[in-house]
Amino acid sequence: MELRADELTCSRGGREVFRGVSFNLAAGQALLVSGRNGAGKSSLLRVLAGLIRTVSGRLALEGGVPELTIAEQAHYLGHQDALKPALTVAENLEFWAEFLGTRCAIEPALEAVDLVRLADLPAAYLSSGQRRRLSIARLIAVPRPIWLLDEPTSSLDAPSQKRLAGLMHDHLGGGGMIVAATHGPIGLERARELKMDME
Amino acid sequence: MSSLISLLVRDVRLAFRVGGGAFMGALFFLIVVTMMPFAVGPDLVLLARIGPAILWLGALLASLLALDRLFATDHEDGSLDLLMMGGMPLELAVAIKGIAHWLTTALPLVLIAPLLGMMLNVDLRALGWLTLTLAAGTPALTFIGLIGAALSVALRRGGLLLAVLVLPLTVPVLIFGVAAANAAITGPAPLGPAFTILCALSLASLVLGPVAAAAALRHGLE
Repeated sequence: MELRADELTCSRGGREVFRGVSFNLAAGQALLVSGRNGAGKSSLLRVLAGLIRTVSGRLALEGGVPELTIAEQAHYLGHQDALKPALTVAENLEFWAEFLGTRCAIEPALEAVDLVRLADLPAAYLSSGQRRRLSIARLIAVPRPIWLLDEPTSSLDAPSQKRLAGLMHDHLGGGGMIVAATHGPIGLERARELKMDME
Repeated sequence: MSSLISLLVRDVRLAFRVGGGAFMGALFFLIVVTMMPFAVGPDLVLLARIGPAILWLGALLASLLALDRLFATDHEDGSLDLLMMGGMPLELAVAIKGIAHWLTTALPLVLIAPLLGMMLNVDLRALGWLTLTLAAGTPALTFIGLIGAALSVALRRGGLLLAVLVLPLTVPVLIFGVAAANAAITGPAPLGPAFTILCALSLASLVLGPVAAAAALRHGLE
């Protein structure tokens, strides 16, 4: 499986965000997208997730399921957690697991982010780090080959960052791909880097 | 199929939880209709004559109440991004959200309509038919409202803009809704052509509403 981006150009609100971004990513590889604020890291992830259209350029996934779009084979972990405060931790995860994938057990996913104890607590009472962990549990509950992570370690404490690094290693080991926008190290030593700074 | 059901269940559940909008429309409807006899005065003949119009106007305003948050909350917390990545066409997801909204806000309103009809001195035999016109017409209000709800996300401005956008579009529903209700009360046959047109309006907006709303949402996300 290989994700290929060729000369992607994206503009938002009439302003060019990035131009001519190209990369190849094979199964088991990770790509760290870096750059100053406003360089287009988040926009690149949203392009890959199919949420923004590009002005030009080609994006293809070879060896994936041909009937599905790239977005349908990818997980997007954005700045917002996509959690409903009125639903419990388990209900939130259950909904996304059923909506994004097939009906499956959510306990292993909650276990992976250490939220089993809080399963029946409404998400309104979670701290921002716990909310982040709950949205990471979504990536575990529904297997999809591409992970698009926007600042995945933000508001996570040290043990949780370590746990996330372990989950990412497992994902890559299983033939998955990761594209992460980040300012610092997130625990992936052998990842390639894509610098978004133009000019 | 399971993702359809899970989305429906989630939205219905959210409406009944803290901060949800279920029953708000029905309560507002109740208050508007209850105030009307105080404003008009205790003229039973007059009340019976304008009763269907009051009920329909009340239903129209009540159906607008919770509408502007329908997509706005999903947009703010990032759920809308994920709804687009689920593999279900956005049109379908939007339609499901519309159905959930109808079930939680418009259906309670339809259910209390007979009671309110009695308060407005509507003929007891016509109460059932009057309620039926509301049941047939409120889906049109909800699904036309979907377009306004999606536009208010795209334009990042909810509230009053929604009412300004949606209310003119609901004029045909109001006309044929009241005409069908009046036909049920005074006409020779309870369900005339007005009722048929009302059903047609509901069916057409059931199809067109989600398509237009999804297009507005896609545009708004960029």
